[in-house]
This record gives sequence, C-alpha cells and structure tokens, in this order.
Amino acid sequence: MSPMIRLTPDPIDYHALTEAVRSPHCGAVALFLGTVRDLTGERVTVFLDYEAYPPMAEKKLAEIEAAVRGRWAVGDVALVHRLGRLAVGDVSVAVAVSAPHRAAAFDACRYAIDALKELVPIWKRENPPDGTGEWVHPSATPVAANPAREAGDASDPPPSSRPG
Amino acid sequence: MTLPVHLFARAQELAGAAVVSVELPVGATVADLRRALAAAVPALAGFLERSAVAVNHDFADDGRVLGSGDEVAVIPPVSGG
Repeated sequence: MSPMIRLTPDPIDYHALTEAVRSPHCGAVALFLGTVRDLTGERVTVFLDYEAYPPMAEKKLAEIEAAVRGRWAVGDVALVHRLGRLAVGDVSVAVAVSAPHRAAAFDACRYAIDALKELVPIWKRENPPDGTGEWVHPSATPVAANPAREAGDASDPPPSSRPG
Repeated sequence: MTLPVHLFARAQELAGAAVVSVELPVGATVADLRRALAAAVPALAGFLERSAVAVNHDFADDGRVLGSGDEVAVIPPVSGG
C-alpha cells in the first residue's frame, strides 16, 4: 500500500498527509477529518472499534483514488483510515487532496469521503458505558446493502467494481 | 467444491465464527452460496439478505459463477469513515 492510500492501526498524522499532498503546481489543499463523536442520537459512545476486510478495503481505496484522478485534475490524494480501538475525539479517517484550484480540491475531497463511506469494507462498533457494543450496519438503501447495484443518487460513487 | 466464506462484524457475531465453509456444486452462483450459507448457519439468514457478497475482493452480484479458488466474503452494510 502507498503511504498515502492505506489502512493503519496507528494515530493518523494528518499534518504529514497534508504536507505530503502539497505541491508547487497546486494552489489548493482540502483536508477532511472524520473524528469519533461521543453521541449518536441518544446513544453515548465511550469508544469505537473499527474492523476491515483489508485486501478488499485497500483495493477499494485505490479505486476511489483512481476515480478521483479520472474526474478531477488533482495533484495528490491521501486516503487513510485507522483501525482498531478509537476513543472519542480520535481521528478515524483523513482525506487530503491537492489541486491547482479550490473547486476541484473541495469537490474531489467530498467525493472521496462519500465514496469511502459507501464502498469500503470497514465497519465500526459503538461501545457505550455499560459495555454492550453494537456493530453499525446502516439499513438505508439497497445500494448500501449491495453496492454491486448501480447507484443513481447525488453522491455518484465511482464506477462499479463488478468484474467484466 | 468447498469454499471458505469470510465473515465480519455482525455477520461474524451471528455465526460465531470468522470463516464458514460451504459445500457447493461446480457452476454454483453467488445466489446458491447465499442459500447454502443461510442453511448452514440459520442465525445468519436474515442478516445475509441485507449484506453484499464479495468474490476476490470485488462486490459480486447474485448471478456471478463461483470457482474453487475464489475468495468469498460476506460484506455487511459498511460503516467506515
């Protein structure tokens, strides 16, 4: 895995990622951080556990980077997701994108995190104070359950990864 | 053919295992695998309907034909990010 497109068990050094995507050709850098919240609705979280299916997650991250490059003229892209046990306030994911101008940097960064949240096989378990943690499996739409189907919504995920 | 099916998150919890082996005839599809897995692990059946299946690290639709060397995984609705 590239140092910029990867899973990691370690705290994410988003300053280093931001520096890594900067380049003289780019006038803009957009950075997104996902951080662990203390509340989901009324459920209090003490810590999260993130689990992945690593070979497929890495493949999907690489596909998202390729999709970003196919759609926008970007400089560099960093997509890093942390795994394991995270405390409230920890950074779970970082997306950093550089581009010549800000419109592409913002749009590509937004697209990348939206695509990651839809397509990458990573799951979180929320653990409340009483210790009975639950895996989070959104049940919103058929696409969320089976991304092999075509999506027609505004977030417009990358091309299907289906074979052929 | 015997295919190991990798399970994660709630699917792993329901099955009580990270991998479940499924017996399938040559030419079986992902749809057949879903049925066989639900029969082998009834506790997983309902949740399986909400989950995708991946073959060799790509999402696969139900018509995908499986081969003996394939790596198969149940991909529950994801919650990364």
